[in-house]
Amino acid sequence: MAEETRPAPARAGGRANTKKELPEHFKAYKHVWVAVEIEHGEVHSVSFELLGEGRKLADKRGVELAAVVMGDDREALGAAASACFEYGADCVYIACDPALRHYRNETSTRVLTDLVNTYQPEILLLGATNLGRDLAGSVATTLKTGLTADSTELAIDEEGSLAATRPTFGGSLLCTIFTLNFRPQMATVRPRVMAMPERCEGRTGRIVEFAPQIVEEEVVTKVLSFIADRDSDKAALPYADVVVAGGLGLGSAENFRLVRELAEVLGAEYGGSRPLVQKGWITADRQIGQTGKTIRPKLYIAAGISGAIQHRVGVEGADVIVAINTDPAAPIFEFAHLGIVADAVTLLPALTQAFARRLRVNKMAS
Amino acid sequence: MANVEDKFDAIVVGAGPSGNAAAYTMAREGLNVLQIERGEYAGSKNVQGAILYADALEKIIPEFRDEAPLERHVIEQRMWTMDDTSHTGMHYRSSDFNEAKPNRYTILRAQFDKWFSSKVKEAGALVLCETTVTELVKDLTGTVIGVRTDRQGNPIYADVVVLAEGVNGLVGQRSGLREEVAADSVALAVKEMHFLPRETIEARFNLKGNEGVVIEAMGTITKGMTGTGFLYTNEESISVGIGCIVSDFAQSQVSPSELLEAFKAHPSIAPLIEGAEVKEYAAHLIPEGGYKAIPQLTGEGWIVVGDAGQFVNAVHREGSNLAMTTGRLAAETVVRLHRLGEEMSARNLKDYETRLEASFVMKDLKKYKGIPALLHRNKGTFFGAYPRLISQAMQTWFRVDGVDKKSKEQAILRNFRQTRTLRGLIGDAWSVARAWR
Amino acid sequence: MHIVVCIKQVPDSAQIRVHPVTNTIMRQGVPTIINPYDLFALEEALRLKDRFGASVTALCMGPPTASESLRKALTFGADRAVLLTDRYFAGSDTLATSYALSMALTRIGADYGTPEIVFTGKQTIDGDTAQVGPGIASRLGLNQLTYISRIVETDLDAGRITVERRAETGTQVLETRLPVLVTMLEATNTMRRGTVEQALSAARAEIVTWNAADVGIEDLTKCGLRGSPTIVKKVFAPTARTDKAEIVSNEGSAETRANALIDALFARAPGVEDDLYARAVHHYV
Ligand SMILES: Cc1cc2nc3c(=O)[nH]c(=O)nc-3n(C[C@H](O)[C@H](O)[C@H](O)COP(=O)(O)OP(=O)(O)OC[C@H]3O[C@@H](n4cnc5c(N)ncnc54)[C@H](O)[C@@H]3O)c2cc1C
Ligand SMILES: Cc1cc2nc3c(=O)[nH]c(=O)nc-3n(C[C@H](O)[C@H](O)[C@H](O)COP(=O)(O)OP(=O)(O)OC[C@H]3O[C@@H](n4cnc5c(N)ncnc54)[C@H](O)[C@@H]3O)c2cc1C
Ligand SMILES: Nc1ncnc2c1ncn2[C@@H]1O[C@H](COP(=O)(O)O)[C@@H](O)[C@H]1O
Repeated sequence: MAEETRPAPARAGGRANTKKELPEHFKAYKHVWVAVEIEHGEVHSVSFELLGEGRKLADKRGVELAAVVMGDDREALGAAASACFEYGADCVYIACDPALRHYRNETSTRVLTDLVNTYQPEILLLGATNLGRDLAGSVATTLKTGLTADSTELAIDEEGSLAATRPTFGGSLLCTIFTLNFRPQMATVRPRVMAMPERCEGRTGRIVEFAPQIVEEEVVTKVLSFIADRDSDKAALPYADVVVAGGLGLGSAENFRLVRELAEVLGAEYGGSRPLVQKGWITADRQIGQTGKTIRPKLYIAAGISGAIQHRVGVEGADVIVAINTDPAAPIFEFAHLGIVADAVTLLPALTQAFARRLRVNKMAS
Repeated sequence: MANVEDKFDAIVVGAGPSGNAAAYTMAREGLNVLQIERGEYAGSKNVQGAILYADALEKIIPEFRDEAPLERHVIEQRMWTMDDTSHTGMHYRSSDFNEAKPNRYTILRAQFDKWFSSKVKEAGALVLCETTVTELVKDLTGTVIGVRTDRQGNPIYADVVVLAEGVNGLVGQRSGLREEVAADSVALAVKEMHFLPRETIEARFNLKGNEGVVIEAMGTITKGMTGTGFLYTNEESISVGIGCIVSDFAQSQVSPSELLEAFKAHPSIAPLIEGAEVKEYAAHLIPEGGYKAIPQLTGEGWIVVGDAGQFVNAVHREGSNLAMTTGRLAAETVVRLHRLGEEMSARNLKDYETRLEASFVMKDLKKYKGIPALLHRNKGTFFGAYPRLISQAMQTWFRVDGVDKKSKEQAILRNFRQTRTLRGLIGDAWSVARAWR
Repeated sequence: MHIVVCIKQVPDSAQIRVHPVTNTIMRQGVPTIINPYDLFALEEALRLKDRFGASVTALCMGPPTASESLRKALTFGADRAVLLTDRYFAGSDTLATSYALSMALTRIGADYGTPEIVFTGKQTIDGDTAQVGPGIASRLGLNQLTYISRIVETDLDAGRITVERRAETGTQVLETRLPVLVTMLEATNTMRRGTVEQALSAARAEIVTWNAADVGIEDLTKCGLRGSPTIVKKVFAPTARTDKAEIVSNEGSAETRANALIDALFARAPGVEDDLYARAVHHYV
């Protein structure tokens, strides 16, 4: 087992960590980094959001903002680097290697930890996506530093430390977390929590090429294939832009058709609350919520769903939530943006028709 | 792997107070006991706050005060007669109740049952949760020899099955041991937990430390139905509930939740729970048929305890203590027979009924055997007319408005007589007295 | 084949209340459950057990009462349960948790055979970090497979495993060498119900209970609060959203109401309107 490589600072017992006693060897750590997420040549928007946020942190600290891009296509990486500059980076580390063609934990962890150990950033940010959370967990453990997962707010406190705020207990509470005695201070941030920064066309900066020391033959994990969601008929709920869902309020499996019909017209994905899966009205991969899919669409329409906390945590990230429920006191109205106290069984078909008419009219106009 | 030949000395169906008392008592005496509970854990189906009467538990686990999750010990009892805007109260508060071994406690059943269940396990019983007994297994002679559950697999066998399954008695019913519980001998109680910081509770009820208050209320709050409302203070929450006889609900078409909403909105109750966060709405049946509703309690290889045997003293709102006592007495019978190597036959198990007769359980239930029917017959009067009259009388009496006291007295009396003829009044007094005796 | 599943006992988040004054979690009466995400991991392990006759060990770090969750895991069909409990573990963050769990896994390996697969859930519902799995993997040098939606193939003889992994925009099919750490994606399977026999033996089972010393932890500064680089400095309640849902009038025919709702939606979120139109263009061609 890989064990502690770095001596832990001598500390008294009890809540010793709550005081800042940054060990000498960490004092050299400087600058704010964003590990950029690239999948199939495309930069995930969360990385730009992080650059926007990272810019503020770096300015507050009076340090540089750097981005790390990894991949196998130098040209694509160059383009990604330009974008990073335009979104606020002062410096971009480029790691280009055939072994970095697809994201793999093993290779990316190696490269990122090497980079950190070489260039010693004080703050390292990643997106709280499947990729970011996969990578951040290994990197933090390898570096034996602290990591605040799924942050929703980042700030620099009076002493210059990173204060990362994140929800806990399913969002009933927020907590602010510090990593005082270790470097880098790591955090992941959920997509669409931070605003997209202005893009400053033509802005550029310094590029640092980093040559990863990876021999593909020694990498144990191989990517056999990649099935893009657009080529798959499986529910792609987590990434759908528009989602229509139904709950027990629909009254019967038969009525669930109304949800599908609206989804069809909107070109949306459809899903439902857990009891529907238990009743067999929908398949398990369409369950939305804590033990189902977490979704983050631009528009979420919930019909006949009460909005229990376990459902809520799965949909809260939606930009706009529209609720249709007969009970004005239903908890869903506490977090929906728009609501109507109405019978979904009669309203849904009308809504489907109205949308269809409006959207078709527009199509003809365009 | 469990062995098909596995046979237990006793199987207890249910992990409420009666089942726990029975399983604990038998296991402690060295019997090989299996207890089966359909809930996720003992108490998971029993979310209500409740009053625990120390005495019955002390006879089973003398040192329970040191470990059981108790909320507050009751130092004050308020008995309220309510009309729509007022309540007339009889309050009894005594610092004597701040004794070393308090007599009554408020508890949260979910936690208390869980603790009791841990004692059952410590005593050596095997506890299976999330398992529902679906039917009793009988041999050719009709003797109960085990149970079948909703899990795949073989039946489980035992010398005796203790039915501690609560008020519905479904297993007993399905196995032809008893009749369905009559709608006029069970009450449906609905209840909510209102969470408040402990300081707020203590300020509102004038309490210190772990002192607690119980309010029991009757009157127009049940909209003419036979029933009562209640409010208990727990450590960081207040239990509020109301219950009425099921057949009354059916007749009146009033929904239980509507009734609870109205009770909570009553000007005497609302300020006590204001600002609380409500969690855990629960509905549960309470057997209220009293002595006359008790079903057959023993048979070949089976024995009934607790609510399943209708052991509730509705007048004094005692249930869990009767449940624990009957569970203990049944267990003592089984332990004795087991020691003697005797069969768990209907004849031998009758010993349980003898023990019951000698205990407070049967004595109390017999004493009040007339009450349920009486209240039921006169519900309009007891739960409507009288509370209104009492309230009006109080108001007349306390309102200072220039009317002389003598005229006030007369007005009050006249009012009483108008509503209920003098003979009616005397009749009521007599029937209550007779039923009480 | 030996499989270990890490399960955590968590308070049922639906029942959590926050003290209005002190902002602390009021745990009174809050029931605990097995972290729901971990059940997908456990079920997947049990399916491998069905196929390969594997033995399944459930591991939990937590207070003594967490043995209830372990017993439940046995009821579902796990063969052995290990509780790691020590007051020195209190206050552990993900780094300290993964340290303690990886030490326990090492001892499990020594006592009961090295596991080919260690499963964890995707994340917990109280901590919500999804970091403990990756933490264990890097400490033990296990190949890390997170967000797995399906185990396609397990070849024990060749020591290889093929899985489908949920990536951002699609599904990666990965092949790697055992031993691995798998974090199972939610909603990928449905937990079974154990048989009478499994339930009975679970009720009887001894839960193996270890403390820090039992798993060879000598340096207690790596445990609990002291071993946690992250420090929670402030806990507070989110400011309640004052802007409850804007309620659209429910007057008139279904058609009128539907149009009113769409008007309100487009007024509120013009971006959504554009987006829907853009999609519709695709849709109706
Ligand atoms: C560990 C755990 C995990 C869970 N995970 C999830 C999860 O991932 N996802 C999930 O969804 N749930 C989950 N749940 C369940 C969750 O607690 C709720 O039970 C569930 O979300 C309720 O589903 P619902 O809103 O469809 O049904 P209900 O709560 O029954 O709500 C139905 C709603 O429909 C309304 N209604 C009735 N008739 C109509 C009508 N004609 N028109 C319009 N409205 C109508 C009602 O007013 C009501 O608000 C979980 C629970 C637990 C304990
Ligand atoms: C709202 C309310 C307030 C009350 N307040 C008080 C009070 O303040 N003080 C007081 O002393 N009494 C009170 N009571 C009465 C008291 O709760 C009961 O008398 C007592 O719980 C009876 O105990 P029991 O063990 O017989 O039944 P229960 O507590 O009902 O337990 C029966 C158990 O059996 C399980 N079960 C049922 N069927 C099966 C099956 N087929 N297979 C497996 N398991 C099964 C159930 O899940 C349950 O856990 C109150 C009751 C109610 C409803
Ligand atoms: N105390 C613990 N005991 C056992 N497993 C744990 C514990 N904490 C976390 N895990 C496992 O790690 C996964 C991720 O947890 P977390 O990083 O807290 O979101 C969980 O789904 C569990 O499988």
